[in-house]
Amino acid sequence: MPTPEPPASIVVDGLTKRYGGRTAVADLSLTVHPGEVLALLGPNGSGKTTTVECIAGLRAPDMGTVSVFGVNPRREREQVVGRLGVMLQEGGTHRSATPAELLRTFAAYYDDPLEPLALIERLGLGQVAAQRVRTLSGGERQRVALALALVGQPRVALLDEPTAGMDPAARRQTWALVQELRTGGVAILLTTHAMEEAERLADRVAVVDGGTLIALDRPSALAGAKTGLLVETTTTLDPATLAEDLGVAVSRAGDGRWHVAASTDMIAEVSSWFAARGLPLTGIAAARERLEDVYLRLTDSPDEAA
Amino acid sequence: MNLRRLRAQTALELRLLLRNGENLLVTLGAPLGMLVFFTLVPVLPTAGREPLDILVPGALTVAVMGSAMVALGISTAFEREHSVLRRYGVTPLRRGELVGAKALAVLVIVVVQATAVTGAAAALGWRPGLTPGGVAAAGLALLLATCAFAGIGLAIAGRLPAMGALAMLNGVFLLLVLLGGVAVPLAEMPDWLAAFGGILPTAWAAGTLSTTLTSTGPPVVAGLSALAGWAVVASVVAARTFRWE
Repeated sequence: MPTPEPPASIVVDGLTKRYGGRTAVADLSLTVHPGEVLALLGPNGSGKTTTVECIAGLRAPDMGTVSVFGVNPRREREQVVGRLGVMLQEGGTHRSATPAELLRTFAAYYDDPLEPLALIERLGLGQVAAQRVRTLSGGERQRVALALALVGQPRVALLDEPTAGMDPAARRQTWALVQELRTGGVAILLTTHAMEEAERLADRVAVVDGGTLIALDRPSALAGAKTGLLVETTTTLDPATLAEDLGVAVSRAGDGRWHVAASTDMIAEVSSWFAARGLPLTGIAAARERLEDVYLRLTDSPDEAA
Repeated sequence: MNLRRLRAQTALELRLLLRNGENLLVTLGAPLGMLVFFTLVPVLPTAGREPLDILVPGALTVAVMGSAMVALGISTAFEREHSVLRRYGVTPLRRGELVGAKALAVLVIVVVQATAVTGAAAALGWRPGLTPGGVAAAGLALLLATCAFAGIGLAIAGRLPAMGALAMLNGVFLLLVLLGGVAVPLAEMPDWLAAFGGILPTAWAAGTLSTTLTSTGPPVVAGLSALAGWAVVASVVAARTFRWE
């Protein structure tokens, strides 16, 4: 008998948000369950931050509903904020205060907080704990903001670009922390530009573009959706001709690579097609699309945006 | 209202207000400087009164303007601009607790300022005939003045970008000092200007403090009522117009 799924911690249903005439989020629906990491992946201006802010109760949806722990986070703010940890993109960390002061103060907001000093050490902020936030690097400020989001032992964590500006070591620490939270049953929604992050952390990835949800699935399912050949060339390629000659679909995979919907049996045929035209073929392999390729294909970004 | 949160936030607000060098300049430097300067350089007309009897109420008023209006207003404006207030909005800290913490922090600073100003005045030879009732009424006047100036400071901080608020608060501070009768006596001004200056909270605060501490000035009840009126109007305007982000 399958175990019944626990009720979702975050339910977004038909969320629509407009600023003036511009639609930031259009009819977006998603859920996040306890112990699940959902990554919102999308280009700048795709509505990720607006979605996070609506879930945090900072903005009111124009249409649709948002519920956290089963209640409206704006109207029932008091029922939500004690169990909610938020990392906003613009920070909101007081620049004249020190990380230690802020963590001590924030710890007092919550009923069962983590030990501030232990959290500071855990995030590698021991050296700068007594310095004003103003004097910290971007990555250090991000870690302070992360610590402030987690000090109250939240059951729902909303992390808007948590690793932006972090060095690789700090990023790995953050990933480890997120995985720990997940194991502890926290429902986590994070936004990111980094495919590696989504691929590594997320149980499910929601790809958004222009405020619309265009894909929502496990990273492996998204990435495995398209198998075939990955062809690499240093020259410009007319995909329509290649597709017509070989009788298969050809699509852009970014970085001078092209996805050819053909099995490995056709490798010889593909390479002779290039040879016959004198085109350089710098690589050809059986390929499972990387999440990055899926993302580029779905959001239709030009190569350089990756 | 949760006391644990209020206490923690008050401690933070107090540390932040005391940390800033410019804040200390305007909260302690300005009132003490004016007290010492005008004692050593007697250019103000005293009409036969003891100079410190005129200077102490003025310095106390300038002190309250510096902390409750300028320092609180500037720090709050930057907190708005840097999304600090917005960030508090997704924590269990309630707005009432945040406002209460800021108020308590400012009141602690006003107590320190009042002690410093009266202590400095005593060191300069000020020996007023204080009565317990007078001191209590002076305390109430200081409290109401703090509310009034904090309301003005937050009304300015609640709408303008931080740099605009900073400029405006300093400008308003200067205007209130010049027109409110604490640097230039109202009696020395043209009638129309004196009439305007006389209704400003600065004039009422200095006047009421003068009455309660040195028995010269407007009736205490009138002064306290005027200050209470300013406190209510400024607070309501601040609360109505304040934008949290």
